[in-house]
Amino acid sequence: MSRQPLPPNPDPRLDQPITPDLVRRHGLRPEEYEQVCGHLGRVPSLTELGIFSVMWSEHCSYKNTRPLLRGFPTEKQGATEHFGKVLVKAGEENAGIIDVGDGWAIAFKIESHNHPSAIEPFEGAATGVGGIIRDIFTMGARPVLLTNSLRFGELESPTTRRLLRGVVAGIAHYGNCVGVPTVAGDVYFDRCYEGNPLVNALCLGTLRHDQIRRGAARGVGNPVFYVGAATGRDGLGGAAFASKELSAESAADRPAVQKGDPFMEKLLIEACLEMMAVPGLVVGIQDMGAAGLTCATCETASRGGSGIEIELDQVPQREGGMNSYEIMLSESQERMLVIVQKGREAEIERIFAKWDLHAAHVGVVTDTGRMVVRQHGVTVADIPAGALTDQAPLYQREARRPAYLDATAAWTPAELPDLDLDGAAAALPRLLSHPTIASKRWIYRQYDHMVQHGTVLIPGSDAGVVRLRLGDREKFIAISNDCNGRYCYLNPKRGAQIALVEGLRNLVCAGARPLAMTDNLNFGNPYKPENFYQLKECVAGLAEACRFFDVPVVGGNVSLYNESPEGAIDPTPTVSVVGFIEREAHVTSQYAPRAGLKLLLLGGWPHELGGSQYLGVLHGLKTGDAPAVDLEAERRLQHLLLGQIQAGHVAAAHDLSEGGLLVAASEMLFGAPGVGAILELGGLKPARLDALLFGESQGRVIVAVTPADEPAVMFAAGLAGVAAEGLGRVTADPRLAVNTAAGAIVWDVAHLRQGWETSIETAMKRPGLG
Amino acid sequence: MNIAVLQFPGSNCDQDAFHLFASGLQLPTRMVWHKDTALGDADLVVVPGGFSYGDYLRCGAIARFSPVMRAVRDFAERGGLVLGICNGFQILCEAGLLPGALIRNTSLEYRCLTCDLAVADAGPAFNPGRLGARVRLPIGHGEGNYRIDQAGLAALEARGQILLRYVDNPNGALADIAGIRNEEGNVFGMMPHPDRAFERFHPSTDGTRVARAVLAARFPEFARPSA
Repeated sequence: MSRQPLPPNPDPRLDQPITPDLVRRHGLRPEEYEQVCGHLGRVPSLTELGIFSVMWSEHCSYKNTRPLLRGFPTEKQGATEHFGKVLVKAGEENAGIIDVGDGWAIAFKIESHNHPSAIEPFEGAATGVGGIIRDIFTMGARPVLLTNSLRFGELESPTTRRLLRGVVAGIAHYGNCVGVPTVAGDVYFDRCYEGNPLVNALCLGTLRHDQIRRGAARGVGNPVFYVGAATGRDGLGGAAFASKELSAESAADRPAVQKGDPFMEKLLIEACLEMMAVPGLVVGIQDMGAAGLTCATCETASRGGSGIEIELDQVPQREGGMNSYEIMLSESQERMLVIVQKGREAEIERIFAKWDLHAAHVGVVTDTGRMVVRQHGVTVADIPAGALTDQAPLYQREARRPAYLDATAAWTPAELPDLDLDGAAAALPRLLSHPTIASKRWIYRQYDHMVQHGTVLIPGSDAGVVRLRLGDREKFIAISNDCNGRYCYLNPKRGAQIALVEGLRNLVCAGARPLAMTDNLNFGNPYKPENFYQLKECVAGLAEACRFFDVPVVGGNVSLYNESPEGAIDPTPTVSVVGFIEREAHVTSQYAPRAGLKLLLLGGWPHELGGSQYLGVLHGLKTGDAPAVDLEAERRLQHLLLGQIQAGHVAAAHDLSEGGLLVAASEMLFGAPGVGAILELGGLKPARLDALLFGESQGRVIVAVTPADEPAVMFAAGLAGVAAEGLGRVTADPRLAVNTAAGAIVWDVAHLRQGWETSIETAMKRPGLG
Repeated sequence: MNIAVLQFPGSNCDQDAFHLFASGLQLPTRMVWHKDTALGDADLVVVPGGFSYGDYLRCGAIARFSPVMRAVRDFAERGGLVLGICNGFQILCEAGLLPGALIRNTSLEYRCLTCDLAVADAGPAFNPGRLGARVRLPIGHGEGNYRIDQAGLAALEARGQILLRYVDNPNGALADIAGIRNEEGNVFGMMPHPDRAFERFHPSTDGTRVARAVLAARFPEFARPSA
């Protein structure tokens, strides 16, 4: 301790000695507090303690996960000079950027807002959307699409219904108003998420290469501007709140949940993009998200290798009497920090005046390497910027294989009786109407999925497809979110790989070549070695599969401490993949468009039951091993399928996922009116009928092809070494008939569709709690 | 031909409307900022969808006071063509350029889907003979439930001011009303989005035909079927 302590804070309430209890309440461990003192060379002020606590929280520092994340590939190996190349890598900035050719690029990223949504579903989800949109336009990109990945408990619970209603309304409120379409998503319902729902939101934007902006403070003497909404006392310490487990007392943390204003965000997007379009005006820009003004100042200074001094008296404030602790830790929404080229202050002021927004000159870039904060003429914080960012603590946590895995891995279906025809007839409608498999129409019809008039495939198909207008060019992209937490619970490594390969398969089914991915790692408390084992295995599996498919990770988010008093959630490493569609004609949906088409199954007959929805819905079991993953076979399948789509041989394609063969076949009939299908399974002698009809073996796709194209597809499959089976045909008789060796099962398609389409809507008509 | 698309703070279908006319109909189209007090040379003013002023107070209630709206009112009084889409329809009702009001959907939820609409016989531009009996257009709104008093409804019906009716009413609108025109036949408002139905991959291209039908109210050359 060599430095002098700071002078007394202007607010006497902040002028108190730092006790071990205060340190603990800030979520810092005693040894971390020692490090804080070491970085400062003195005891911190209370404001500084608050600043360290949010910046060293898991949410901002990734202190328990950064070493693991280094295993992810961040560059594309096979990128051509102008296409698929990573222009801004994961971890460098607020979002990664990928070259899509012709001088254009896309920026995209996923982020979680799980804890706020558990406490205050509407505002929590809404501000999650607002935050991820800011991460995208801060890069200079215009936001063009949103997706989300949601997890809830079972819909029988009134609490779940309240959460679902609130989360969906919150996403709709924000995304609809701001005018960015929500084009895809995935939603699962499982008891493990009861009390700890997951709300992961993704935004993708487009920009020219020369528009890429960095969150770095450079150029000594350049002015620092604060733009957007005024600072209030909302969201105090939200990042620290997100880094602890939920408990019965969490409701008392409600002030840590922010309140969003999408109208303000819309103005901010337009004003910022207008400002960034002026050559040379903006030196650096960063949104104030988690840890607000604190994070924006120290990160920009750290990235720029510079320092920043700010004067809190200049910060627009919503209420009087806010002290330095409150202003620095506020997570008020819709605010940005902009470093402007010196001498051009009037230009930015003019643009923000046009949009009726605040643009306040709050500080200056220095060369001290320090973040210095003043209020009423007094220095209230003076911290080396690097201590808050690059030099934050890093931990290698202990991992221990959970004991339950021995039992689940040893399970075999032998203890279950196989389905007979009547059982199979009853099982299909039950699976189709289970909310995890059922149509999410009740959800996506509340989202504006068509604004910006570029939506090609609306939510509900394997992937969302959007036309991008890039100057006078058009390009088509597909996007898909995936992660089956059951698989990850039963086999973390495999489960995470399935999340990626299923996402890639979905893209290929839509006619797209995969480009890159972003992931949101949702796990329990990493201090519990069993949880950390799941995290470590999932990341290792994902990294291996990403490298295998040459799909770089361009950014993402880690959300730990997803636990309620009942325990941790299933490990849920949500994967969002983006792919490129070369021609509009290649866009393919999952819906069989007309009668007369042949149905082929690529990838072989399913035979595994472990981890299936069938076991969960029909038998109440979450057991067995996750389905096998064969990366080589998957690559062959996807290569074959994309080639056949591009050759114009495929009228519809749908991958087998939750619910297996019959669910996939049924869903293909829920597009064109009046179609049915006959599936010919009579020649098969399956070991188990349930595993054939409802098993979730990976690497399978049903394609609908014309009889004329069938030989070409079969021939190509033979060449590629992909099993291709004649599955049946699409008919004009609106029934689904399955012929097996034991006899036929017939369903009315309208009846199946009714249950599938209305099950969530029906459940939501029942009251939710409060 | 000169199309002017207004931009309010919170407009978010302004680009969609722009491209409907600029790309879909290949007409000269430009933006007009809400603080402008004059429209310049315009043959059709489009009030686009979105959330002008964040829908604060009431949808469209603040936008009607924007400086540009005085110019729009003068333009309409001189017989100029005005088309309000979605939030634009709400603004025109708030501004008194169209009768009635739009309130929350009966579901109390936002609805985004594609609707079949029956074309009502509303004069030479909008009639089943020209547009066909049905069109298919997307909607996206939380407050599209059209309301008017009994006398007002009777007047709309009697004067043939109803343009479009929902075949399967998504929002509770009175008499399934999706779009109307004023008595003079130069101001049009509709909740469905022709600006989401003009590209090859859209649910339909009926938006182009509806836009032409509006233009045909003043410019007979648009009454001819498009190539």
